[in-house]
Amino acid sequence: MPMICDWENSVLKRSIEKLGNRTIQAVWRIGFAARFFVAVLLHSGTAFRRFGLTIREMYFTGVLSLIIILVSGLFVGMVLGLQGYETLQTYGSEEALGILVALSLVRELGPVVAALLFASRAGSAITAEIGLMKATEQLSAMEMMAVDPIARVVAPRFWAGVFSMPLLAALFSAMGIFGGYLVGVQLIGVDEGAFWSQMKNAVDFEEDILNGVIKSVVFGIAITTIALFEGYDAPPTAEGVSRATTRTVVTSSLVVLALDFVLTAFMFRGIS
Amino acid sequence: MNKTVLDLWVGLFVIAGVVALLFLALKVGSMSTVSSANSYEVVARFDNIGGLKPRAPVKSAGVVVGRVSDIRFDNETYEAAVTLRLDNRYAFPKDTSAAIMTSGLLGEQYIGLEAGGDSLLLKNQDRIFLTQSAVVLESLIGQFIYGKAQEGASE
Amino acid sequence: MQNDNLVEIENVEFGYGDRPVLKGINLSARRGQVIAIMGSSGCGKTTLLRLIGGQIRPGRGSVRVAGESVAELAPADLYRLRRKMGMLFQFGALFTDISVFDNVAFPLREHTDLPQDAIRDLVLMKLHAVGLRGAAHLMPSELSGGMARRVALARAIALDPMLVMYDEPFAGLDPISLGVTGNLIRRLTDTLGLTSLVVTHDVQESLKIVDYIYFVSEGVIVAEGTASEIRASGLPYVHQFVHGEADGPVPFHYPALPYADDLRLGKQRA
Repeated sequence: MPMICDWENSVLKRSIEKLGNRTIQAVWRIGFAARFFVAVLLHSGTAFRRFGLTIREMYFTGVLSLIIILVSGLFVGMVLGLQGYETLQTYGSEEALGILVALSLVRELGPVVAALLFASRAGSAITAEIGLMKATEQLSAMEMMAVDPIARVVAPRFWAGVFSMPLLAALFSAMGIFGGYLVGVQLIGVDEGAFWSQMKNAVDFEEDILNGVIKSVVFGIAITTIALFEGYDAPPTAEGVSRATTRTVVTSSLVVLALDFVLTAFMFRGIS
Repeated sequence: MNKTVLDLWVGLFVIAGVVALLFLALKVGSMSTVSSANSYEVVARFDNIGGLKPRAPVKSAGVVVGRVSDIRFDNETYEAAVTLRLDNRYAFPKDTSAAIMTSGLLGEQYIGLEAGGDSLLLKNQDRIFLTQSAVVLESLIGQFIYGKAQEGASE
Repeated sequence: MQNDNLVEIENVEFGYGDRPVLKGINLSARRGQVIAIMGSSGCGKTTLLRLIGGQIRPGRGSVRVAGESVAELAPADLYRLRRKMGMLFQFGALFTDISVFDNVAFPLREHTDLPQDAIRDLVLMKLHAVGLRGAAHLMPSELSGGMARRVALARAIALDPMLVMYDEPFAGLDPISLGVTGNLIRRLTDTLGLTSLVVTHDVQESLKIVDYIYFVSEGVIVAEGTASEIRASGLPYVHQFVHGEADGPVPFHYPALPYADDLRLGKQRA
């Protein structure tokens, strides 16, 4: 039976094997990442007992991301002001500009765009740092000094990211609304009172703002976990670290967008 | 980086973030869900609520006095039962009428309350009997065209 | 004389995946001695140190440090044992984001509640021992390779360990730094009453300072003895290693097809 003899060396068999291996690898990584996440949570004691460690990391993840967050927020808000005005003008309801700017920022753009910026600014830095610490055996050295690297290095970075993300998202939204105000009210001349009061009437604290904050906390957890895991799991070579850094940005961006869809579907199901 | 300088920056960052959150909470949004402790509910039935949605404002003389908390379809009377949650600070007579109005031509819909002259006041779980349904644009246009056609026929 | 041995390794086997690295190693280190583990690159010497430090567990056999079986310890006990071990990594593995002083102070701050003054004095003492007290304020990036390794050594002895392991302490050093590091290992071992375990392939330098040498090749101990015994050894492998000959039992060529076949000599090119 020649068919069966060929099967052993056929291209088809090899590609199926390759696919199977890849799948097993992927599932294995997800399992490892989940175990890593639980380990970080379990070893979080140090991050709170010695809060200085977490504050230090908040400087690197939060404060250093401020510039990009604030500037992007301002510009996104200004663009929303311009575009929104163009559209609303055709219906003669320019006063609703405040609603449009505030709702799109608070519900969606604030948490999501801030998270994407955070992933590329802070997430990549976390991965590179942890990956290089591993490559230069700093993590091993710490372990040999009887200091748990998960508790001492990973957990403070995790909590710093989780605390920073909602603050950054709020700053992004606030800056965006200010940008929309600048363009809409100061530049185009929409009535200032209508801008603010319509906004205040339409934006609900629980439904819109609180949900936005919840979103950004979830994004913060996702991004920092991915960034830390990729760094911790990176092969200890220059190429390994660079690939891990790229993977952090790509994976966390995709995860943020996917999570955003799921969360939005849950949160705003009740309306309309 | 000096540790105190670093702490200072993080402190500033946290303060800025909290201020931004407060700005969003106080200046941008408002607490629409009037807590049940200082509010009361009344029910109004409408033949047609148009595009009214839960959490739509309830206004009297243009002032927001409450929100729509629930909309339900009554399968016995084939009417919409709308629950209004009104602030305790505002009391209305028993013969108050409710109408579904639209702000602007395409704006959101809200419920307008017109106070009556009764000396008794609406209490929790009372019913508003005088209601006026939403004006449905399509039927309005339909009536207009029908009227025009009648005019033409009578001439 | 069982209790004289700080480290005892019996019949240890270990492999990464299905590639065996160690195939039955027996080794012991007496207290107060400098022991060298030698072998060509990639023969599993570093793996041996990681086994002693408890970072990996042996597939078979036992690793005992101060009478405790490392692989069977609970994490808390393992960490307690590690406080009595110091390890010098190949390139120092200093924490690059903090200064030399903070690097040496790191284990003290993590494991003791000493006041700042006491920590400062201890750190300066350790740095003085390696001759780098004046470099306390520098960042690791400002140090040369040899200096970085000495700082790492000061960090490794910060908690006054009973065992210090050195992973390739001589690799990539100039002759002066080489001599300095070698002397330092010998002197610290004698003055602090340590036991030192040096993994290296630098024969000449280590023969000067060590008490006992193990040769590892292809996962087994092929030779052992004191420095003079090794120098006089007639074993072909040891002879090749000590005298640095290019070819011998350890072939120059990585296993491959016969040269002529690979170049397709005498065959029609496709």
